[in-house]
Amino acid sequence: MNALSVRGLTKTYRNGVQALKGIDLSVEQGDFFALLGPNGAGKTTLIGIVTSLVRKSGGEASIFGYDIDRELEAAKSCIGVVPQEINFNLFETPETIVVNQAGFYGIPRPVARERAQKYLKQLQLWDKRNHASRGLSGGMKRRLMIARALMHEPRLLILDEPTAGVDIEIRRSMWDFLREINRNGTTIILTTHYLEEAETLCRNIAIIDGGRIIERDRMSNLLRRLHTETLVLTLTQPLAQAPRLERYPARLTDEHTLEVEVSKDQNLNDLFARLSALGIEVLSLRNKVNRLEEIFMRLVERGAAA
Amino acid sequence: MSTVAASAAPRPLALGRARWVGFKTIIIREFHRIIRIWSQTILPSAVTATLYFVIFGSVIGQRIGSMGGFGYMTYIAPGLIMQAVINNSYTNVVSSFFGAKFGKHIEELLVSPLPSWLIVSGYVAGGVLRGAIVGLVVTAVALFFTHLPVEHPLIITAAAVLTSVTFSLGGFLNAMFAKNFDQVSIIPTFLLAPLTYLGGVFYSISRLPGWAQHLSLVDPILYMVNAFRFGFLGVSDVGVGEAFAIMLIAVAGLYSAAVVLMERGAGIRE
Repeated sequence: MNALSVRGLTKTYRNGVQALKGIDLSVEQGDFFALLGPNGAGKTTLIGIVTSLVRKSGGEASIFGYDIDRELEAAKSCIGVVPQEINFNLFETPETIVVNQAGFYGIPRPVARERAQKYLKQLQLWDKRNHASRGLSGGMKRRLMIARALMHEPRLLILDEPTAGVDIEIRRSMWDFLREINRNGTTIILTTHYLEEAETLCRNIAIIDGGRIIERDRMSNLLRRLHTETLVLTLTQPLAQAPRLERYPARLTDEHTLEVEVSKDQNLNDLFARLSALGIEVLSLRNKVNRLEEIFMRLVERGAAA
Repeated sequence: MSTVAASAAPRPLALGRARWVGFKTIIIREFHRIIRIWSQTILPSAVTATLYFVIFGSVIGQRIGSMGGFGYMTYIAPGLIMQAVINNSYTNVVSSFFGAKFGKHIEELLVSPLPSWLIVSGYVAGGVLRGAIVGLVVTAVALFFTHLPVEHPLIITAAAVLTSVTFSLGGFLNAMFAKNFDQVSIIPTFLLAPLTYLGGVFYSISRLPGWAQHLSLVDPILYMVNAFRFGFLGVSDVGVGEAFAIMLIAVAGLYSAAVVLMERGAGIRE
């Protein structure tokens, strides 16, 4: 069964901006799904339509088979959403916020209080439960929105850039937490600007740009399609100009840093042999960007050029 | 961070019970808001009512003499209570709903399975709750200054509730259309206040010249204040049946408009 299914989804805002131009997308139950795209691509509009914050102009959408036009209440009860922007009452306490949210989903207060304890503890917010939420740090506010979204134990969790502005330690603990939720059966759709995050967590991916899905594949298939990588070499001795390395396009970004493009059918031994022959010693080596970022940039640039 | 259990199968909501829990939750949230900022929600009306009783009741009222067969202070007491109910019902909903819109936490309700009519009803119930709390506080203040007979308790209750619902709905509609805080305060300042002051709170319209009496009859607040006063004192400038008909029509019209606009997402959904 599909957790999310959209067909021919379109959205034109009142100012004439066509944010979605006929989106077809399905996300299977149990998936950990990445929805990527540059700013203004239509990700948040798509999430807005699915969660009923944005009215669609055309097309169909259903959540676990519940059509959002005909069975909106049932569809909504399946979704938990963590939006991009902070959208809780900053004058309320974390416990009040999550207990009330459960109430809006029909969860009786005694049950809601038990769940509040469970999720606020799991997200390391229990000590702050009675503080005004405006005093929470950025990372705590994001975790509070995750706790709030989980209070009715949704079957589909939609996270719109949940780790934006969160430090790396907290981000990694949030990754563990999300993996565990997913392992326990919750379907997750994630949008993020941290492509490493998507590559680490997600099994399937769609890339949206200019209101259209420009790529939809398994993450592993997509990464296999990357033919070239850019390696950044730090040199022991300074160079005045980039060396001529036959078949390996190279450029000098500063006198100690050389960027070299290497394709899949080339091997590094050959590259290093050429560098050694020219008397160039390499101190260290790294990928310029992560693999998903490389693919993402190429797809989006290709879309822009088309 | 550790395990979270996800619901494994679709759980069709026991709709009635779930909706009742949702409705109660909105009311509880509104009640907490009223209490949390009591110095802005409850205290001002108590202070204003005390000033009115001191100035219009004790100082000026003694020179006015009786009105409708009662001392002036007794005559204006129901009107002042109703004025507090009107202002607080309206203000509660307009500020709470606009605040939620402005702070984006209205999205907590919009993404939930609660239907539009229930969200409107929850906010209106919050307005009625604040109207009732402040109404009781002003009644207590009034009792310090004057004796207040109770002729028809059911009429008092019905008039207070219907008036409170009417103005809570008015506040809701104002909040839906408001784009900034200025637009939240325009209606109370330039429409509600004049209609209330000219709605027979401080006088019987029988004291006015004929043309002014006719003009007063187009003010809906006149009917609400007089129905409420009739419940306490047994006197009214207008027919009580007529007053209740106007209140019921206002409630039905405003509620329908609020639900339709909420369903369309006017001002809250793109």
